[in-house]
Formats: sequence, C-alpha cells, structure tokens
Amino acid sequence: MQTFSTTGLCGARGDHWLFEDIDFSLSPGDALLVTGPNGAGKSTLLRILAGLLPAADGHAEIMPASAPDSTALHYLGHANAIKLALLVEQNIGFWASLGLIGGAEKAAAIEQALNSFNLLELRDLPARFLSAGQKRRLALSRLLASPAPLWLLDEPTTALDTASTALFERAVATHRAQGGMAIVATHQPLDIPSAQQLHLGDMLSGAA
Amino acid sequence: MRHLLVILTQDMRLARAEAGGVLLAVQFFAIGALIFPLGLGPSAELLGRLGAGLLSVMALFATLLALDRMFGQEYEDGSLDVLLTSACPLWAIVLGKSIAHWLVTGAPIIVAAPLLGLLLQMSNDAIAGLALALLLGTPTLSLVGAVGAILILGARRGSVLLALLVLPLYIPVLIFMVGAVQSAETGIGLEAHVSILAAILLFAAVLAPWASAAALKMVGEVG
Repeated sequence: MQTFSTTGLCGARGDHWLFEDIDFSLSPGDALLVTGPNGAGKSTLLRILAGLLPAADGHAEIMPASAPDSTALHYLGHANAIKLALLVEQNIGFWASLGLIGGAEKAAAIEQALNSFNLLELRDLPARFLSAGQKRRLALSRLLASPAPLWLLDEPTTALDTASTALFERAVATHRAQGGMAIVATHQPLDIPSAQQLHLGDMLSGAA
Repeated sequence: MRHLLVILTQDMRLARAEAGGVLLAVQFFAIGALIFPLGLGPSAELLGRLGAGLLSVMALFATLLALDRMFGQEYEDGSLDVLLTSACPLWAIVLGKSIAHWLVTGAPIIVAAPLLGLLLQMSNDAIAGLALALLLGTPTLSLVGAVGAILILGARRGSVLLALLVLPLYIPVLIFMVGAVQSAETGIGLEAHVSILAAILLFAAVLAPWASAAALKMVGEVG
C-alpha cells in the first residue's frame, strides 16, 4: 500500500506565487478536498502533484514509488481527453491498454468502467454524439479503466447531474475502500466522507 | 515496448476514424506534383530533369502537412496529460507517434512517387533511385518533425512556426535524396548518397526521440 505526501510545496505561475508551504499526507483510503476561489491555484496544485508542472519549491511523492510499468496516478483535468472520432468503448479500451491491460482482463475493465458510470447503452456511439455531461462521465470512466493508487481530480463533477454525481461519489468511495487515495478540487458540495480539507486562496496575494 | 504498440495502434485507429486522415498527405503530394507541369510547360526533357527535385520537395511539404496534428490534437483535448501521467515512457510516446506519422504520410508517398515519376517523364533508373531515397529519407522527416511538432505546442500560429522550424532541418535529407537520384541517372551509382541517407536515418532514430522526450518534459511548463 502506498502513501502520498507533500512537504513545503509552493506553486507559482510566472512571477505570481499562488500558494506556499502546502503540507499534507494521505494514507491508503484517505481523501483530500481542495477548495478555494477561482484563481487560487487549485488546478496548478493538481498539475504540480501530477508532475505536469514543476513545483516552485518543495516536493510531492508517492511512497514507496510505483513500479516502472504500473500507473502511479490518474489525473483528470478540465479537458476530457476524449477522442471524438472513436466510439465510447474504444476510448475506454485505449485507456485500459495504456495501463497495459489486455485480453479478457481488458474486456472486464471496460465493462466495469461503462457500468459504473451508466454508459452501457452508449458504448457503440461515437464520442462526438455525447452531451457535455455524458462526455464528462466517459472521462471519469478512465479512472476505472486501469488501476492507479492516486486519483487527482480537477472539478470532476462539472456538467454532471445529481444522479451522475452520486455515481462519481460511489466510485471514489469504492476506490478508497480498496486502499486508493483521492485528491479532489471542487466548488460543488460533494459527499466524500471524512475527507481532509485544504483551502487555498487566503494564504498569499500579490507578486513575490 | 508494449506501450509503443499501444500508442502506434491508437494513432493508426485515429487516422482511420478521421475522414481522409490516412490519404490526405499523399493526395496533397500527388496534386502538388501534378500542378508543376502546368506551370513549367510540357517539355519532357525539362520535366525529366526536374522530376526528382519536385517530388522530393513535395515530399517534405506533404510530411509537414500532417505534422502539427501529431501532438496538437493531444495537447488540445487533454490526451497529452493522460499520456504524460501514465506509465508510458516518453520515448515510446514519441517513437510510436513518429512511426504512425510515417505510416500515414511517408509510406503512401513512397508508393505514389514512382507513378508520379512516370508522369513527369523520369527515367527508370531515376525512379528506382527516388523510391530508395524516399524509403530512407521519409522516416527521418517524421522523426525530426516530431521534435518541432512538440516545440510549437501552445504557440499561436503554430503551423507556420513549425514550417520555419523544421524545413531547415530537412535540407540535408533533401540534398542527398536529390543527389541519389542524379547519381543513379548518370550511372555513377547511388551508393554514396544512399549510405549517407541511411546514416542520417540512424542518427535521427537515436537522437530525435531523445530530443523529443526532452521537449515533452518542457510542454507542461509553458502550457
């Protein structure tokens, strides 16, 4: 089982410091809710945690480190990462393959991902025909297409209706029950029980 | 290695799924080569002499055409974030996409070039030389092009910038491709030029994925 922690993490965009000295530590099954006004640096924090942006200072790490061939984390940003020309099922299939899942295991993973986000009826549809909410559900199903201990979710419930939000909350609960960790940046009230809280935005202002 | 196949398969599937995706570059190559005689006049002697150069330059342009989509779409739709955070090594992303790009542009061009060579009144020796030169030259174009395709991510008017960035790097390949055809035609033998094209390809196969991987690491920092 892996844990995830940050020490003295600072984030900046250009010369503008967004946050500094973020320390938290997640054990298996833990969740962290990141809140804060627009522009507080929630997305920047998640991108730094995902390794897509360099931290201005400090560091974040998964301990013990994941094996080279296994996916350490799933990052879900504002963009859905969906290929509109491909079918719903093909999109999920690619994500499963990317996690090096093949054969019968892959078929099962696709089935489970479709089922968990209520996409079974849409499986043979090209993704370009989906509505905004359906696209978001498809994007979320990537989390289940292949296993990863850490989920980094940036506004995951954008465009989702209440029923779909409940599906998402159930997926997070299942992930945590299996020893996974989740970090969720959101503006909406989400039912993620006993989650740690991190509020950005009132720590710093102005340029450094 | 399995990751490389995953990336390659996905790109080929995408090329097929998008209308005209696979044949777009070769169609551009053909129409470009066919337009030249209209401008230059129908003199068989002139066309035969210029044919190799025309087709080689058109091959560069056709390669360029599909280059900005190589990473551009992934960057815009968020797929690049998914690839970069997956366990897929950077070299596999780059090499997989370069090979897919070659299969969609370079390979069809190699098939089409001899036919267009006939139309342009090139001699049989010259056509055979051109096919061999393209076979060794076009993979280099895809590999080197990938570096440029990554560097322009996030830039406005990226495709123009891409042409300015990549075409100068294509010059050595162009020179030796045309040189190979000329030496085949004059009977000197094209071994020297072909060897150099092969050497350039080997260099590119080793160095370009490495450079592309380094460029990929910087994408997040500017984006």
